[in-house]
Amino acid sequence: MSTMITIIRIGVTTMLEDFFVRALIAGSLLAIVTGPLGCLVVWRRMAYFGDTMAHSALLGVALSLLMEINLTLSVFLVAAVVAGALILLQRRQALSSDALLGILSHSALALGLVLVAFMSWIRVDLMGFLFGDILAVSMIDLGVIAGVGAVILGVVSVFWRPLVAATVNAELAEAEGMRPELTRVILMALLAVAIAIAMKIVGVLLITSLLIIPAATARRLSRSPEQMAVMASILGVLGVIGGLWGSMRYDTPSGPSIVVAALILFLLSLLVPQRLIRALG
Amino acid sequence: MADPDDYLIKLEDAGVKRDGRRLVEGVDVTLRPREIVTLIGPNGSGKSTTARMVTGVVRPDFGRVVRRPGLRIGYVPQKLAIDWTLPLSVTRLMRLTAAHTDSEIDAALDRVGIRHLKRDDVQHLSGGEFQRALLARAMLRKPDLLVLDEPVQGVDFSGEVALYDLIRALRDETGCGILLISHDLHVVMAATDIVICLNGHVCCTGTPASVARSPEYLKLFGERAGSALAVYQHHHDHTHLPDGRVLDQAGHVQSVHEHTHEHHDHDHPHRGHDHA
Repeated sequence: MSTMITIIRIGVTTMLEDFFVRALIAGSLLAIVTGPLGCLVVWRRMAYFGDTMAHSALLGVALSLLMEINLTLSVFLVAAVVAGALILLQRRQALSSDALLGILSHSALALGLVLVAFMSWIRVDLMGFLFGDILAVSMIDLGVIAGVGAVILGVVSVFWRPLVAATVNAELAEAEGMRPELTRVILMALLAVAIAIAMKIVGVLLITSLLIIPAATARRLSRSPEQMAVMASILGVLGVIGGLWGSMRYDTPSGPSIVVAALILFLLSLLVPQRLIRALG
Repeated sequence: MADPDDYLIKLEDAGVKRDGRRLVEGVDVTLRPREIVTLIGPNGSGKSTTARMVTGVVRPDFGRVVRRPGLRIGYVPQKLAIDWTLPLSVTRLMRLTAAHTDSEIDAALDRVGIRHLKRDDVQHLSGGEFQRALLARAMLRKPDLLVLDEPVQGVDFSGEVALYDLIRALRDETGCGILLISHDLHVVMAATDIVICLNGHVCCTGTPASVARSPEYLKLFGERAGSALAVYQHHHDHTHLPDGRVLDQAGHVQSVHEHTHEHHDHDHPHRGHDHA
């Protein structure tokens, strides 16, 4: 019995030593997490909001290098601050939401790029941050993604009913004893965490696509919010597998390949007749 | 009904301001079990703000709101647009803020007459069906107080009458208090125990008949507004208001036995105002 376990353990360890297997697992774990989060982003029309948070991640990278603090932590903090600033600025209603998002999104990205360029004493692989470097995922990265991902999924499932209720109508949720303002802050924090762990895998510029595209694909294939959340995770995993396979086969960059695979799945979903889904659902 | 301790919620001289402007002030309202109270008033008169103070979404800047401890509110919001990207069946809508069993949901949908639609997407419902679904959802919570903001939006006239009848029947069955918000005067006032007429403050309060006669109400809605209530009252209890022009309107509806009044009215000097 114990020899069996040892064999399995050795087998798993050797497997995980393969960078491609690590990439597959890391990408799949991330896609499982971004499935339900992406659905909430799509339902609440926060796609541009998510994009802004993601772009600010590069500023987080720059600050982490400058102040020599943990990269993931720094990215999370900057994304959270940007999200908080957005909420406050939107409340003042001095500018329309999309103008505000446009300003913050691109200035955070530009600021990050300029800061990185200033630090001439550090050699930074900028492309890695912009488009991800999933094939360089280490064992430690994998552990972080698994741990943080489990926490995100746990929080999402605990707060799922209030999250959906506040999405449908915040006032209704509040009148019936829920706290939509709190659920909103929770969602922002979860997005900031997800962006921090996703940056390494698909890069700053492509994170939102991993949130939006599988969710949009899942919409056509589901009949309830819960079905759509699970479906988005499954489709995200398929996108990661397809994209990584494609990047191996055709020697293309891995992050963009994953997005292209997700896009292909979305286009295929347009071919599925709605009547079939209604009959099955 | 006069027992002062038998209340669900009390607004005492309550008011709200935004950016230095007073949206509504001096509101005294007591909502009691088994009582239907209607807030009427023009757009921007503070109806929705008052309703939000009741539901607790907005806190009063002046005065105070006293709730009975443990008060459970069911809410039907105004303008509930559900994004197409959210797949939501009628059954899932019922479970929006709390878990309910299938049989509870079936019974609630049955009561409002849309059980056959339980598997449909909410985006495919008609205006009336959607309002009924929202009503069933709010009732599933077994609320002590039901707050309905413009519950007949997007519903045609006959559907409107049926919906108010249903609301009254639900009150009779469950004994919950009901707060209705409406800018439409025709049917809602007659379906009500107490009418509160708002225009930034409380203009007048009372039974539908007394409010319809009050000068503040007539000033706010124009003299024709009084006739809308008369039409409905006439249907039900055949009491007539002493105002000739009101009877003229009623005469057109109840043409057969109102002929004498109508002929009488032809000589009325103010008749021309009716058609203005």
